[in-house]
Amino acid sequence: MLRTALFLPLFFLALLSAPFSARAAMEIEVVGGAANKIAIALLPFGAAPNQPAPAIAQIVGDDLKRSGQFSFLDTSGTPPAADITRVNAGAWRSQGAEAVVVGQVVAVSGGRFEVKFRLLDAVKQTQLAGFSYTIAAGQWRTTAHQIADIIYEKLTGTRGAFSSRIAYVQKQGKRYELKVADADGQNPRTVVRSGEPLISPAFSPDGGSLVYVSFEDKKPIVYVQSLRDGGRRKAAAFKGSNSAPAWAPDGRRLAVVLTRDQASQIYLINVDGSGLTRLTRGGNIDTEPVFSPDGQTLYFTSDRGGSPQIYRMAASGGEPRRLSFNGSYNVSPTVSPDGRYLAYIGRDGGRFRVMLHDLANGQTRVLTDSARDESPSFAPNGQSVLYATVQGGRGVLGTVSLDGKTRARLSESGIDAREPDWGP
Amino acid sequence: MNKILGALLLALTVSACSTTGKQATVEDRTSGGTTQSATTGTAAGTGAETSGLGADGATGSALDGSGKYAGDPRKDPASPISKRSVYFDFDSFVVKDEYSPALEAHAAYLVSKRDSRVILQGNADERGSREYNLALGQKRAEAVRKALMVLGATDAQLEAVSFGEEKPRDEADSEAAYAENRRVDVVYGDE
Repeated sequence: MLRTALFLPLFFLALLSAPFSARAAMEIEVVGGAANKIAIALLPFGAAPNQPAPAIAQIVGDDLKRSGQFSFLDTSGTPPAADITRVNAGAWRSQGAEAVVVGQVVAVSGGRFEVKFRLLDAVKQTQLAGFSYTIAAGQWRTTAHQIADIIYEKLTGTRGAFSSRIAYVQKQGKRYELKVADADGQNPRTVVRSGEPLISPAFSPDGGSLVYVSFEDKKPIVYVQSLRDGGRRKAAAFKGSNSAPAWAPDGRRLAVVLTRDQASQIYLINVDGSGLTRLTRGGNIDTEPVFSPDGQTLYFTSDRGGSPQIYRMAASGGEPRRLSFNGSYNVSPTVSPDGRYLAYIGRDGGRFRVMLHDLANGQTRVLTDSARDESPSFAPNGQSVLYATVQGGRGVLGTVSLDGKTRARLSESGIDAREPDWGP
Repeated sequence: MNKILGALLLALTVSACSTTGKQATVEDRTSGGTTQSATTGTAAGTGAETSGLGADGATGSALDGSGKYAGDPRKDPASPISKRSVYFDFDSFVVKDEYSPALEAHAAYLVSKRDSRVILQGNADERGSREYNLALGQKRAEAVRKALMVLGATDAQLEAVSFGEEKPRDEADSEAAYAENRRVDVVYGDE
């Protein structure tokens, strides 16, 4: 079905069997041809009475579909396998499947569930993976994401990112909430509430902390907050504005933008607020720093050439080099985990869209087809980009695959979401 | 009349800000981690401002024929100091000549009262990157700060900060709204 889709706003999957009021309307849109997708027969899992909804297989399928790397055989009329060790992979092979997923949920004592699944190579008719989990109902989605990660890694050779988390800011009226959710936008938990704006959250490399900018003191101040106990401290609260924090890969230092010496300039500071070092000098705007994965390089936005563009500089300082040359507005750089790509926002004909920039050859590609994109952030496995955009006058979060062909909307209905960051 | 309305609007704005300021305290589980800034208008300051306007009417200055304003000189609607917003052209950081009288009046007040403090709050229109817009708002606040320094205010009296696109005065998606949001507000620490 996906193989032949040209421009189909396809699935409103999560809505279909949704008993919860806070359910998201997840849309997955497939654009253009579907070359090199791996064909999966994802069979319905045998269900247990009173199991949480939606079904494990549906959560797994949503995850895999969002990646844009799989196509799915129609398994809707197929009854769950009575015995998941006896599945005729050959029959699915004859319908084009390259892999088969079967599974089963059984209620066990204490209100818990045993979830079993097997991933089969339909061509070789061998088992690629098989796991069993005994879980509480509260671990339902987490378990499904783990299963999706295993399937993804076995079939693509790249680790999955479905068990990772995202952070974003939700605005409702004049209230701001900094939230942490699962990578599919579900299970959101609020970690900061404020009546003043919150922007620029970023996960620490170990995922244990968030850095962000809060305006609660009537000016922008950088805070670091533990996600374990909610404790926080000011990391940068100098005279003037303090903003645009980025973690160094060692998790001990931050690049921040301060105006204590007048213009917005990039500094390094230890997470505890000590050891301030100024990195850029001049009267122009230097902002939105981000470290390369090896910590040796900083990418940032500067207007030193007359318009905002992306620059590269040694993390120890030195002369910046301009990287972006197309258009008069390129901002908000972010680096892929392997250091090969930058994603940033470029303006073209009044539209702000996500660009992918290959650092090896300087080639750029537009990934999105919207008009108000902001704040791109790579998945921890580098295979897709999370970003904010505006749909129907409301801020929503989306993901796009690196080929730009698969886009998904994550946001819950009725909320205004912005400033996403994809964490470990 | 416009200036009086402006002053009233400002009073209302400051009042609204300080109200939300009370609610602004970020909730977390750190004891003592939620300090409230006292840098800008507190509820008490707003109250004084409002009653100051009323007292002006009660003094009946017109009777003594002097026509002189009796209250806080910063509230004198006849003085350019009552002008608290400096607007900028698109993609510009140049303080326009029309604001010279207002900035001269603010600088003169700061020179006469060295313990007085001012926060210059820069803003930007809402298109593009939030962090870049924060830097743009900062650049505008910095331009006003430099102008006041040239006119005699000291570094210690001034703090330039930015709200970027985060606190638009006009939330509409129009050129007029964008123009309204390309702005620096002059806010006294004791107001």
